[in-house]
Amino acid sequence: MMEALEHPFAKYLRAAMMPHIWCSGCGNGIILNAFVHALDELQFDLDKLVVVSGIGCIGRAAGYTNVDSFHTTHGRPIAFATGVKLAKPELEVVVISGDGDLFAIGGNHFIHAARRNIGIKVICANNFNYGMTGGQVGPTTPLEALTTTTPYGNIEHPFNLVHLAAASGATYVARWTTLHVRMLTMSIKKLLQRKGFSFIEVVSPCPEIYGRHNKMRTGLEMMEWFRKASVIANFSDPAKAEITPERIVVGEFVDVEKPTYEQLLYSKMAQIAREEAE
Amino acid sequence: MAEKKAVLTGVHFMSGDIACAEGALAAGCRFFAGYPITPATEIAEHIAARMPKVGGIYIQMEDEIASIAAVIGASYAGLKAMTATSGPGFSLMQENIGLAAMTEAPCVIVDVMRGGPSTGQPTLPGQQDVMQAKWGSHGDYEIIALAPSSVQEMFDLTVEAFNLAETYRVPTLVMADEVVAHMWERVVIPPAEEIKIVNRKKPNTPQDKYLPFMPDDDLVPPMACFGEGYRFHATGLTHDEHGYPRTQDSEAQTRLVQRLCDKIRKNADKIVRVEEALLEGAEVVVVAYGIVARAALSAVRKAREQGIKAGLLRLITLWPFPEKHVAKAAERAKAIIVPEMNCGQMVREVERAAKTTPTYHVSKLGEEPHTPMEILEAIRRHS
Repeated sequence: MMEALEHPFAKYLRAAMMPHIWCSGCGNGIILNAFVHALDELQFDLDKLVVVSGIGCIGRAAGYTNVDSFHTTHGRPIAFATGVKLAKPELEVVVISGDGDLFAIGGNHFIHAARRNIGIKVICANNFNYGMTGGQVGPTTPLEALTTTTPYGNIEHPFNLVHLAAASGATYVARWTTLHVRMLTMSIKKLLQRKGFSFIEVVSPCPEIYGRHNKMRTGLEMMEWFRKASVIANFSDPAKAEITPERIVVGEFVDVEKPTYEQLLYSKMAQIAREEAE
Repeated sequence: MAEKKAVLTGVHFMSGDIACAEGALAAGCRFFAGYPITPATEIAEHIAARMPKVGGIYIQMEDEIASIAAVIGASYAGLKAMTATSGPGFSLMQENIGLAAMTEAPCVIVDVMRGGPSTGQPTLPGQQDVMQAKWGSHGDYEIIALAPSSVQEMFDLTVEAFNLAETYRVPTLVMADEVVAHMWERVVIPPAEEIKIVNRKKPNTPQDKYLPFMPDDDLVPPMACFGEGYRFHATGLTHDEHGYPRTQDSEAQTRLVQRLCDKIRKNADKIVRVEEALLEGAEVVVVAYGIVARAALSAVRKAREQGIKAGLLRLITLWPFPEKHVAKAAERAKAIIVPEMNCGQMVREVERAAKTTPTYHVSKLGEEPHTPMEILEAIRRHS
């Protein structure tokens, strides 16, 4: 008799939520896989982890991870996570969401959480479009790209997310594509060990909804673009890391330390309590 | 019983906004996220000064959307949490008030009503948000809303709002107005042991058997919080008892949304509070709430002096609407008068509950609230 073997990573995922909703060729599974590997390699205490997502395809990741998790309204995971982190700073709070959720409708929350240096960790799946609603233009869609709402080519300049994150005050900033699985996993491990506001952009293929309009019909073709265009340049200037069809600069851009909001908050509270006691 | 160090027991002279802040601290609120807005700013200012002294957290967020989102996050992390705002901010909060209703996050939202719509009249009182309180977010849900009419009630009803939020796992609104918020009055803060405090029900099932949205007989599910080892999921999507999305399942939608409504509707008799004055034999009944009820009481007394059988039904709970009380008062009345600082909002609910009794609205916009004489005149006209 063969014994049924449990998948070694089964404890990290909610079997009841499977099958997942992601299309064939989508990069979200690679990102979740890298996240789970990072947790496993760190032997992370799952009772101390909260995963928060917004709305969008990758937004389902919170439900798939077998930890305390919350799926917020569109654009609000960082604001929600701020409340969790300040209320229970001993918890690790990770936001996993998409480019539209975090940088269009939720852009204001991102820049302010980074500015305050709230110790939450943000992983952004950047697939260049709004996948779940069928492929509309978003804040990271490249110029001239075809989407269902830019049928004549996109005329909006996209955000350079790593530059935005660095300029807003994030203490750890990295970009990888889903082709860079080992580097991504290593980067997520760092993200989980940093104290301050940390951000990883993961350039991720969306062949079904985005690629098909832009001459990349399969996940493989999109990955081929990432392979050809990616240049690893650690600690290069994030201002010069715009994503173009020819060039995707990946690597770590920022890795610094400064006091987090919750460190300053709790030390201020302790100081006030001491003064009150005197 | 309240935590002693947070309760300023004694007799004070304070503003409504400050009394509200003190009520929150006495109730056990340990997280406040907000954004400055007239006429609610003093609540945030007072809490910013007091919160660190009781070991709680104050944060000023980038907007009101973020404020209520952070409040829900803190609530799920186990703290009693609140925000305070006025009309424009209340509009921005509607999205996540719906999320709080859907995910059953206990929290308190104070709306100090000013003149609207839009930016309106920031420094003048209004009662124009009372229907928004009930219907502001999309979809079907129920909330609880209370209307203080004195500085003392800014304290008392804020405590009550936390207790109701925790009992029913529902966003609870304190619908104040600019006058009760900025007015200074005598406030008696009782000893901590005399303040009734309710905390959310905790699960007593083993961690791996816990179903985060399985209700008890009172229709309210016990609430585990983040970091307690339950590893549960919550979502704004339609969900089952596990908290897992059920977006194509009509039965799950019916069961969840009906329960979210029923847990308030079926407990309405326990929630609803009114104050009755001179209602005995009243032929003209004034139904009022908030600061307007103070002038209404004075008007009703003057009418009685003049031999007119007038009485006052003051709504302390706006939502769920005290319809049984209104219906009862209407049975014997010839006329009902509803003075409001709006173009006619709660009057529609009153009219519905009063059935055939003629109901008249007395509107006042853009200045101080109704004077007793203005309400007395309406009583005379319809007596």
